Amino acid sequence: MFAVLKRELSAYFKSPIGYVFIAATFLFSGFFFWSFSLSQGSTDVSGVFQGMFYVYMIFVPLLTMRLIAEDNRQKTDQLLLTAPVSLFGLVLGKFLSAYIIFLLGDLIMLIYGVVMSFYASVNWALIFGNFIALALAGGVLVSVGLFVSSLTESQMIAAIGSFGANLVLMLITTIASVIPWQIVKDIISSLAIFDRYYEFTTGIFSFSNAFFFLSVMVIFLFLTVRVLEKRRWA
Amino acid sequence: MIEVKNLTKSYGSKKAVNDISFTAEGGQVLGFLGPNGAGKSTTMNILTGYLSSTEGQAFIDGIDILEDPIKAKKLIGYLPEQPPLYFDMTVNEYLDFVYGLKGCKLPRKSHLDEICEIVKITDVRKRLIKNLSKGYKQRVGFAQALVGNPRVLILDEPTVGLDPKQIIEIRTLIKRLGKNHTVILSSHILPEVQAVCDRIVVINKGRIVANDNTDTLAKNLSSDHKLVLHAEGSSDEIKKILDSIPAMERVFVARQVEEKVHEYHLEAKEGVDIRREVFKKLAARNYPILMMRSNELTLEEVFLKLTTGDVYGGAEKIEQKFDRISKGGNI
Repeated sequence: MFAVLKRELSAYFKSPIGYVFIAATFLFSGFFFWSFSLSQGSTDVSGVFQGMFYVYMIFVPLLTMRLIAEDNRQKTDQLLLTAPVSLFGLVLGKFLSAYIIFLLGDLIMLIYGVVMSFYASVNWALIFGNFIALALAGGVLVSVGLFVSSLTESQMIAAIGSFGANLVLMLITTIASVIPWQIVKDIISSLAIFDRYYEFTTGIFSFSNAFFFLSVMVIFLFLTVRVLEKRRWA
Repeated sequence: MIEVKNLTKSYGSKKAVNDISFTAEGGQVLGFLGPNGAGKSTTMNILTGYLSSTEGQAFIDGIDILEDPIKAKKLIGYLPEQPPLYFDMTVNEYLDFVYGLKGCKLPRKSHLDEICEIVKITDVRKRLIKNLSKGYKQRVGFAQALVGNPRVLILDEPTVGLDPKQIIEIRTLIKRLGKNHTVILSSHILPEVQAVCDRIVVINKGRIVANDNTDTLAKNLSSDHKLVLHAEGSSDEIKKILDSIPAMERVFVARQVEEKVHEYHLEAKEGVDIRREVFKKLAARNYPILMMRSNELTLEEVFLKLTTGDVYGGAEKIEQKFDRISKGGNI
């Protein structure tokens, strides 16, 4: 697992993707921080975190598109799948590599808190709560992207596919609102990732929401393992 | 040791590999010979745990690859048809990665140094893999298979795309490795398999058509009594002369090579050397022999021979068809 993690991490910094992703995170979060907090004279960072969720929906697919699709295309999957390692180890290594890059970008949010603390009293609990929420939501986006990447040989399709999947995740509340049957509506809206994330940004830390994010993450990692497993039987 | 029992792999109704069984002993090089699409790569992918079999079992040193894949994979070094290289890494980084991936316990530096020495890539170790020539890429792929010093080596067409000098180097290397490893290599080149392997398994359309020691198989397929001849002069006349040689079984005019020069395929009774006789007869009638050699079987002929026991059968049938067409008949 660590060999895969190390390789994928270094690959991010051999191509522009790692730099571009982190730079984009800094740029957008800086912009949101300026427009929601600095220019308003407010220490409330909820707006910043809500905005960042949309940014990540677009940029995380760029981070994950290469992960397995490239192995499928270059036939390096033959090396990985015939090596004496478990499939879960491989998938986890790939996941963590993208997740670490994601967290590197996410960490800047804490620095904004430090910047504000020079001028006003900062609600650190709110900032940390938001940070953890974004880390959890990001984990979901990365695992979805990894799963889509395992389905195809083309990075392009992987990127567009996971962007589409993210879009569905975001629009779930809207989809649910047009469904006439109450039960179906309840089931679908309980899957609404953004609503749960929104609760976090307003300062409510609920364990059920955190658990929900972790479960979705694990489910998509599990599905990715199954996709690789299935290939042997095809 | 590798043991394959009744292996079958189906894709829908198509059987890529059909009920294959063979054994490769330790310290032996086993050649897997077959035309493209015969099922060589599929079999190798099953042996290495990349694909699963539909039916049957494969054992690596007694371990079932499906039952305990991780333990079995530890024993295998695999060079697939297309070497599985990460183009954005240098050779050093790549081998380091493979070393970590395989969870290798040997001393890292000396082990990798030794492998690079063996496959002769020491001078390109700091270069990016994407900038290497095809021959070097193939050798880096080979190096990858050797990492961890696995007891079993599975090499899918290891000499494809190499220049003649490199081919000889790789063959020598495989022979050397074969002394203390179990090696399975696939190829569609008969002389290559003959040169390197102790045992040959011939496979065609997913089935084994021959499985024997190289020497026995070679003797079986030997063709000293078969000649290919280029001679100048009327083909009818020459055929008549050649037919008059007592030991001659059949003479077949294969094609026209140049003006007035035809190629003849001669088959004498088994074990009879007719070369001198042919020379004398034609010289006496003043028909110059431009070329004469023993007929080496091509892979297609090997299959024809193994499956039908008749080497020229196919070609003659086509010839007869052409005869009929030229005489205005139907096919």
